Formats: sequence, structure tokens, C-alpha cells
Amino acid sequence: MSLIDLANPSRFLALTARVLPWLAAATVLAFAIGITEVYFAPDDYQQGATVKIMFIHVPAAWLGVFAWIVMSAAALGTLVWRHPLADVAAKAAAPIGAAFTLMCLVTGSLWGRPMWGTYWVWDARLTSVLVLFLMYLGVIALWRTMDDPAQAARAAAVLTLVGAINIPIIKFSVDWWNTLHQPASVLRLGGSTIHPAILAPLIVMAVAFTLLFVALHVAAMRNEIMRRRVRTLMMLQAGARMGP
Amino acid sequence: MTALCALFVRDLRLAVRVGGGALIGVLFFLVVVTLMPFAIGPDLGLLARMGPAILWLGALLASLLALDRLLATDHEDGSLDLILTARVPLELAVAVKALAHWLTTGLPLVLSSPLLGLLLNLEAKASGAVALTLLAGTPALTFIGLIGAALTVPLRRGGLLLAILVLPLTIPVLIFGVAASNAAIAGPVPFGAPFGILCALTLISLVIGPIAAAVALRQGLE
Repeated sequence: MSLIDLANPSRFLALTARVLPWLAAATVLAFAIGITEVYFAPDDYQQGATVKIMFIHVPAAWLGVFAWIVMSAAALGTLVWRHPLADVAAKAAAPIGAAFTLMCLVTGSLWGRPMWGTYWVWDARLTSVLVLFLMYLGVIALWRTMDDPAQAARAAAVLTLVGAINIPIIKFSVDWWNTLHQPASVLRLGGSTIHPAILAPLIVMAVAFTLLFVALHVAAMRNEIMRRRVRTLMMLQAGARMGP
Repeated sequence: MTALCALFVRDLRLAVRVGGGALIGVLFFLVVVTLMPFAIGPDLGLLARMGPAILWLGALLASLLALDRLLATDHEDGSLDLILTARVPLELAVAVKALAHWLTTGLPLVLSSPLLGLLLNLEAKASGAVALTLLAGTPALTFIGLIGAALTVPLRRGGLLLAILVLPLTIPVLIFGVAASNAAIAGPVPFGAPFGILCALTLISLVIGPIAAAVALRQGLE
């Protein structure tokens, strides 16, 4: 069983139909364990209960970046190997990644309101996540402006790879920009190591979020394949009605 | 080589003749800079402090507006298809096109920036610094924009999408361009550090831009 065997959409659908329920069950289980652990995790002596936002915020940030990596791998699959499912994978990953990035931004500003006294600061990290979110929206916009899926896939693949090169550069420049404007004193969590009582639920939540991403991604890929089949069938039908 | 030279001369001629719109970007730049004091007030001290940022933003928007001429007009009259089928490597051909585009749209922005600096109460040294950073940074804007132009060529109305795709990628250039200008004027940071990174960004975009644009064109127009 190799990656090329999955190139057949029917085989992919058959395989994922068997795997998806287990994946969903594993996701639910991981979330059940994770949320229980988060519930019993101790409050921070300074931040109080708001520290628990972190258990959603940090995995969401990690998946926001992870989804772009998945898209870049899929973009290589589209441009280099012309793997038939790569563009489906890239298209399905974009909205999920954007959603996780947005979740990271929203939870971050909800945490920032009681902690920093404001919903938004132009901190380097916040700003780079915001730029990442904008780039997700750009890719989604590009997907939605071209009606031919194959053409849109190749354009989005080029943009994704250019973005993959640029995201580290943007991250570096934004860090540089912020340290120039204001010294990083207020917003750093400090070099303090995370206590194991908090680290353990964080890891479980990260695993749960990753499982959630994989499950959502596979389900979205299935939907996209079926949507393309419906599109092809409708075009065939329209062609038959027009006559030869 | 002769083919590339011919392409270069052709693009320059097309840009400076009627309908080419080479100087429209400068006009837009002037209008944007003129609008700024209406928005932030005529306080000369404030304008001088914000001057480099205003000039950089104006140049960024002006070069962005010119981008849809970079490939779209060639696509409309079919000459882009000829370039695609030509024996010259597409990467070099689009690089030459971008170079000609920068000479006719980017360089005028650089040359006009000291004059606009006067309007913003910038001192001679500050104007010089901004012009120098624009000289180093605007090629990056053109070559990053080249990618967006190549991606949106197959679309009929790609202008707005082009802006959305290109602007996030230009953030590093903007950061280091403004930072280097401010460093030359006031800042504690030495001018060389951000300016060196700005030059590095330009060099990176000179490589990545034509390659990515050529891939996008081959894939998009096949």
C-alpha cells in the first residue's frame, strides 16, 4: 500500500470510509481525556483560570502552521507528480487551516483582554499569525475565482509554495520589527519552564487537535471528490441534452 | 540573447508610448502623498516623522497598481503565448519583462520620492535615505508582484485578487524599507543592518519571482 495506490479516488473513498469512523472515535476519545485533564489542571497563580484558554490556543496555533505544511506537501504532489488526489488534499486543507488560525487569533484575544487589558496588541507573534490568516484567505480566494478545478489547483499550488518560502521570512521580519519598536518585556511569558501538571494536558490536547484535523481533512477530501463527481456528471448530462 | 534584448526594448517602448501608462504610477504616488496631510493633519513635525512610512506605502500601492499591466496586456494581444512557445527560457523572459517594468514604473517612483519628501517636510538626508531604500526595495516589489501577475493572468478580473495575494508577501520589504529609512534619520539601529536585509530580500525575490511566475504561467495557460 503506497501513496500511489491512493491515486485512484474510488479506492481512496473505499479505504477512508472504513478508516473515518475509527478516526472520529479516536478524536472523541482524545478530546474526552484531554478536556478532563484540562478540567483538573491547576490554575496558574497569576493568570487564574484563564490559563486554560491556552489548552485550545496553543494546539490551534500549531495546527494553523501544520495545515500550511500539509498544503505545501500537496502542492508539490500537484506540480511535480501530478498526483490526482494532491489538489483535492490541498483544497480541503485550506479552509480547515484558516479556521484553526482564526481560532488561535480569537482565543488569543479573549485571553489578552483580561490579561493585557486589550483585545489586540501588535505583538510579533500575533501579527505573524494574522498574516498567516490573510495568506490562507488569499489561497481560498484564488481557489474560488477559477472555475476549472485543475487550473485552480496548479495556481494555488504555486501560491502555497511561494507562501511556504515566505512565511519564515515574514515571521523573522515581524519579530525584528516588533523588537525594534518596543522591547519584548510585557508580552513574554518568560523563560519559565512549563510545569508538568500543565504540560501533560497540553500534549493530550495537541494530539486531540491533530486527530481532529486529520479526521476533518479526510472528510473534506471525500466531500470534494464527490463534489467533483457531481460536477462531472452534471456536465455530462448537460452535454447529452445539447446533443452530439 | 538578441531575443531577450528585443523583448526588453519592446517592453520599454510600449511603456513610454501612448497607452503605456508608465508615469501614471508617479501621478498616483503624488495623489496619495497629497491626500495624507488631509487625513492626519498639516502638522509638519508629525508629517516629517511619518514621512518615510507614507512614502513607502505610497510607492508600494503605486507599484501594485501598475502590476496588472505587467502580463495582462500581453495576454490580451496574444504575445504572451508567443513568449511561452519561444525558445528563450520562460524564466529569463519574464525576468526581462519585470526588469523593463521596474525601469518604467519603479524607477520613476524612486526618482520622484525626494520631491515628494519636500511636501512631507523631510530633510535632505532623510529624503536621500528614503530614495536609497526605495531604490533597493522597489525591485523586490516588482518581482514579488510578478508572481501575483502570473497567477492572475488567466482571470478576466484579477486586479483585486492580485492585491490580496501580493500584499502579504511584501510585508518584509515594507518593514525593512521603513526601518532602514528611520534608522538613517533618527534610529539607534545602524543603517546597514536593515538595509542589508532589504537588499537580501530583493535578491531573493529576483530569484524566486521569475521561477515561480514561469511555473504559474506554464501551468495556467497550457
